[in-house]
Amino acid sequence: MQLIEALHYGFIQRALVAGIFVSILCAVLGLFLVLRRFSLIGDGLAHVTFGSVALGLFWGIYPLYASIPLVCISSLGILRLTQRARIHADAAIGIVSSLGISIGIVVASIAGGFNIDLFSYLFGNILAISRTEVVLSVALSLGLIMAVAVFYYDLFSVTFDENYARVSGIKTGAVNRVLVVLTSLTVVLAMKVVGIMLVSSLLILPAVTALQLGRGFKATLFIAGLAAVCAVVLGIFVSFAFNLPTGAVIVLMSFFCLLLAFVAGRLLRIRGAA
Amino acid sequence: MPISVVSLRQLCFTYQSTTVLSDISLDIHAGDYLAVVGPNGSGKTTLIKVLLGLLKPSGGSATLLGTPTQAFRDWHKIGYLPQNPPALSTRFPATVKEVVSLGLLSRKHIPRRIGKSDAAAVQKALEVMDIVPLKHTLIGELSGGQQQRVLVARALVAEPQMLVLDEPTAALDPEIRERFFNALAGLNKEKGTAVVIVTHDIGGIGQYASRLLYLDKKVIFYGGFDDFCYSHDVTNYFGEFSQHIICHRHDRKERN
Repeated sequence: MQLIEALHYGFIQRALVAGIFVSILCAVLGLFLVLRRFSLIGDGLAHVTFGSVALGLFWGIYPLYASIPLVCISSLGILRLTQRARIHADAAIGIVSSLGISIGIVVASIAGGFNIDLFSYLFGNILAISRTEVVLSVALSLGLIMAVAVFYYDLFSVTFDENYARVSGIKTGAVNRVLVVLTSLTVVLAMKVVGIMLVSSLLILPAVTALQLGRGFKATLFIAGLAAVCAVVLGIFVSFAFNLPTGAVIVLMSFFCLLLAFVAGRLLRIRGAA
Repeated sequence: MPISVVSLRQLCFTYQSTTVLSDISLDIHAGDYLAVVGPNGSGKTTLIKVLLGLLKPSGGSATLLGTPTQAFRDWHKIGYLPQNPPALSTRFPATVKEVVSLGLLSRKHIPRRIGKSDAAAVQKALEVMDIVPLKHTLIGELSGGQQQRVLVARALVAEPQMLVLDEPTAALDPEIRERFFNALAGLNKEKGTAVVIVTHDIGGIGQYASRLLYLDKKVIFYGGFDDFCYSHDVTNYFGEFSQHIICHRHDRKERN
């Protein structure tokens, strides 16, 4: 009853709309990243987001406007380090990630006065999301989901076998750039949902959940999206009901979905083998 | 004059100051069935990658169907089976049917779509490799040999003008291997598909291939089987026993 009442609140409605769109986007991109063993890029870019938010606050501009270009440039930097400097992806992510967080700490230290604002970005608060941010999140999410739909087979082929994809005429370099730029934009959007500290969980957990049950690539993408939506909706209601931090509860719900999927997957395989 | 499918001229490839390929010049024509053999580390896979534009040569030139490989765009005319694709070692969620249909992407333009009109081509490739019952199985749940058959089906599905296969029979059992070689010979003879096959399957190549390239960083031997069987230079590199097997099978095939 309390939950139905909650639906009447504008902030809950806004949180649900923004959360559902952003989480679907995270889940879809997350599957490509997890399968390419590139999932920690979300964590790395989240750290860069911390630095860029600090710079945005320092320059007195809306942090999202500073974050979008800076995080996109950083993601392309990670890709370039991996491809050109013969550095493994995890090390490249580590370099850019630590650079981002260092810049954030230095800028925060120089400015001194905006530590509380920065704290809100670190842990996020989807219940405080504004109407403008909802519109921006939904519009960007729809645009990015459409981009994934356009490049679906290209992304699938590159994820499965990059060399073969090149011999199929797919411009793998461009596809990789599209993937990391989409990831950058997604990380910046997801910052409001769960906060910088937990953003990579929205990319990784639904994808890993779907891999426990998915049979077929499209089916796995669908399950990932469904798991992400369930986690966000449950997370918002549970956090509202028990007065808990929403971002952290969404992540806990995602983990709960993973546990359920793991058990269900094991049971299905046992039944299949019998 | 048959159409030149591949033309290599003084091709060299160097990796971190190590010469992997040196002064390779050869032509492959439509209808050729070329076996590429040589010891481990002799540059066979590198040659294939340079030929397909996956690696840039350090010197010389490589053309595919008359176009420099780096500028080549008609990828639907080339079928490729790479050595050890990375995704197969993981629990990749794609079904056999989805993987085989990836072979049709070379015919499509962005936004690429695989539709119902492609189902017949996929079904035919599945039938050739005898994997129809596996089409809804996840690729990661298959044995190594079954995975190899799926990847060969993916190379065949677009009915290319040239097939480039890097150790295709490594994980196949004798029955499937025989069926695979027969299917390949059928494509080669009936449709004039050029076949370039990197292999250690010495027994198989004498029966099916029309030409042989023996590579050891440079060309040791390149020509037809008749020349190969009487080439004493090759024996030192190739081993008398292996050469004997190939020539014996080749003679038997000629008699038949």
